Amino acid sequence: MRITQGTFSFLPDLSDEQIARQIRYALGNGWPISLEYTTDPHPRNSYWEMFGLPMFDIHDASAVMGELRRARDAHPDAYVKLNAYDARYGRQTTALSFIVSRPPAERGLRLERQEAHDRVQRYTITRDAD
Amino acid sequence: MTTLLDSPSERSRFDAGVAPYAAMGYYDAGYEPKASDVLCAFRITPQDGVDPIEAAAAVAGESSTATWTVVWTDRLTAHEHYQAKAYRLDAIPGTSGQYMAYIAYDIDLFEEGSIANLTSSIIGNVFGFKALKALRLEDMRIPTQYVKTFQGPAHGIVMEREYLNKFGRPLLGATVKPKLGLSARNYGRVVYEALRGGLDFTKDDENINSQPFMRWRDRFLYCMEAVKRAEAASGEIKGHYLNVTAADMEAMYERAEFAKELGSIVVMIDLTVGYTAMQSMAKWARKNGVLLHLHRAGHSTYTRQKTHGVSFRVIAKWCRLIGVDHVHAGTVVGKLEGDPRTTAGYYDTLRENVVPLNPGNGIYFEQEWASMPGVMPVASGGIHAGQMHQLLDLFGDDVVLQFGGGTIGHPDGIAEGATANRVALEAMVLARNEGRDYRNEGPEILEDAAKSCRPLARALDLWKDISFNYESTDTPDAVATPSY
Repeated sequence: MRITQGTFSFLPDLSDEQIARQIRYALGNGWPISLEYTTDPHPRNSYWEMFGLPMFDIHDASAVMGELRRARDAHPDAYVKLNAYDARYGRQTTALSFIVSRPPAERGLRLERQEAHDRVQRYTITRDAD
Repeated sequence: MTTLLDSPSERSRFDAGVAPYAAMGYYDAGYEPKASDVLCAFRITPQDGVDPIEAAAAVAGESSTATWTVVWTDRLTAHEHYQAKAYRLDAIPGTSGQYMAYIAYDIDLFEEGSIANLTSSIIGNVFGFKALKALRLEDMRIPTQYVKTFQGPAHGIVMEREYLNKFGRPLLGATVKPKLGLSARNYGRVVYEALRGGLDFTKDDENINSQPFMRWRDRFLYCMEAVKRAEAASGEIKGHYLNVTAADMEAMYERAEFAKELGSIVVMIDLTVGYTAMQSMAKWARKNGVLLHLHRAGHSTYTRQKTHGVSFRVIAKWCRLIGVDHVHAGTVVGKLEGDPRTTAGYYDTLRENVVPLNPGNGIYFEQEWASMPGVMPVASGGIHAGQMHQLLDLFGDDVVLQFGGGTIGHPDGIAEGATANRVALEAMVLARNEGRDYRNEGPEILEDAAKSCRPLARALDLWKDISFNYESTDTPDAVATPSY
């Protein structure tokens, strides 16, 4: 399966040149970039591992792309996502977030059901076994 | 036109009998509104022969302390404090006999945190007043002192996005169609297909409650099976707005509790339930961590006509104070009423922290929201993928774009319709961020995206000629504005 989290998951995977253009857009808005990775893309996994601190002081897209390549190399079997953060008063949240690297084979998610009272089902989403 | 009347003496103010409202102090062109006053802009159309100043004073009087005759018991109060004051009156350009009356109300006139009380004063008796042909409440300035007595959105735009883990693009939804008649099992099928195809939300329609063809509990069970299966199939958080609108609060709470128990992230109510029920459900939604979607069912009965009723920008303001997370606010390009500038004013009212004065967009007062979170506007009704560049340009990222017919009516299937919309959206956001002139190049951007997405190619081909170009009835005119 293809996990479709992130802003651009329904498009063909972005090329590095396309990613760099999105980074320039974010930096142009004053949104610092951060990178995160995980092997657990459960929809409720809010805390992917941070690949270093948010790059508050990096304003150059090619330097960010260098970090991105380091993250991919360090975690070839993980998902890597790129976040742009808007710290302005009134937002103070993520402004843009998209997957920039996927594992060679994406495992699926499975829906488990537990019978409860009066036709109610209790749902749990788990990962497919390898 | 603004005229200052001579101040009446205390003696004449309390003479028994019927006194002109203006002479009783309800018109005061010299009054400087206080920062804590509630301010209203009313469009008044006096009956022939009625002095507009007297008409404005009558609106101030009837929406605050006055009755039709002088009462001696006024003298037991600090009546000047409680009297509303019409402090400005402008003839409206391009109309005959219409005036914008600005009225100030002391904050003491209103119970803290109660829309029911606020509206009982401001739009209580006064709309039936015989001396006026018509009356419309165009805008209100809610002082921050009063804003702070309301809960506000149960979650708000920022919290909703973090909860959904969806950033940097509009959200996508669809209302299940046909709106009436599907069995619960068939209904859930539509939800599953639309969500797995790429939508973030699906939605009950306003009139889906608990009818003989589909009872609420059955609908909730099948919809949640559909939602959870789509989450597992995509790895994304999904939601279906389960409409808990019912005949009484006990039933609404029962339905909302069941939705929560099943794991629904969102419930829905209709504007028809009334302001007090909306406030109760907003409290429930905050307490239980469930998003609250509001369908503005019925609003056009009083928002659409330009000379009489209440503007939707006022309803939008009340909805933000009440505390819903979503409210329908128009599409401009779709099938329902919506002038572009007027609609932009609604979106600003729902989303911005400070909404500056902008009469060209129908905003007659600056509104300071004092950090109250924003409400996510919903654009729904007759929109399709081929309009994506226009929708992104009009509304930006913080909006739910709902394509009901534009998803379910796709010739290849519901999931394909959903995919077409999601691909069109992501392609347009990508192009915008790259700095392309997407407003003009929109059709090319969509055609390019359709090369690797057959459902989008089919959608563009099917709906390319659909548009709804009719004259809007509700357009700003307090200042001369370009017409569309």
